[in-house]
Amino acid sequence: MDYIKAFVIGGLICVLGQILLDKTNITSSRILVLFVVAGCVLGGFGLYEKFVEFAGAGATVPLPGFGNLLAKGTMKEVDEMGLLGVLSGGFKSMAGGVSAAILFSFVAGVVFSPKEK
Amino acid sequence: MDNSEYSKRKYHQMVDRVSPRSNILVNSFKAFCSGGAICAFGQALSNFFVTQGATKENAGIFASVSLIFITILLTGLGVFSKIGKHCGAGTFVPITGFANAMASPAIEYKSEGLVLGMAAKMFTVAGPVIVYGTLTSILVGLVYYFVK
Repeated sequence: MDYIKAFVIGGLICVLGQILLDKTNITSSRILVLFVVAGCVLGGFGLYEKFVEFAGAGATVPLPGFGNLLAKGTMKEVDEMGLLGVLSGGFKSMAGGVSAAILFSFVAGVVFSPKEK
Repeated sequence: MDNSEYSKRKYHQMVDRVSPRSNILVNSFKAFCSGGAICAFGQALSNFFVTQGATKENAGIFASVSLIFITILLTGLGVFSKIGKHCGAGTFVPITGFANAMASPAIEYKSEGLVLGMAAKMFTVAGPVIVYGTLTSILVGLVYYFVK
């Protein structure tokens, strides 16, 4: 059951992105920014977390889930460290994913050559 | 008689005829299937890491890192762009799009050097996402600090 939920909800978030891409002039990079910001705001209100409980990876794998992770991490850090957590929480929560992406991208850049388009 | 107006209209008709129809229904269906499949796969990875003894939260991070790794490997092999062409938002809205947006320019621009080529271009798309994500999280944190 959790696979079906993940498939449907994750698919629907992608459809939203596709409609924005086809029907408006918003470029794909801007859609990514928009989705992360939206996920972060919804996460701040605690709404996205309910969504994650329902859809699992369907909510965490798309980019709004990345925004939610930032909001969640920041609030947790504020609980633990007070005002300083406002600054350190966001980066701390994305550190794993971003560092992994930097490492793999660097290795890929060294190993692979550009392909013919 | 306005000749340029006429040829302009002719030109637009011709462009309409030869340019591929981007059908929003077909595109959305493809995005739904591919995006959904990626998320279901993410769920499978996450479940797998839970059986290996990870907490639910850490399993999610492991799943994301695995998806990032697979995406970047496929990007390097030149496969991802071929899949992505058909899937549209289905591959760029999930975390796979973020990973591809970093790896693809890293490979593309390495000829311009390791610093200003590979490293700088890695953040052409990822940079703005991180900047606005961080700014929003600071705002969320501030509101939370004063409201809670």
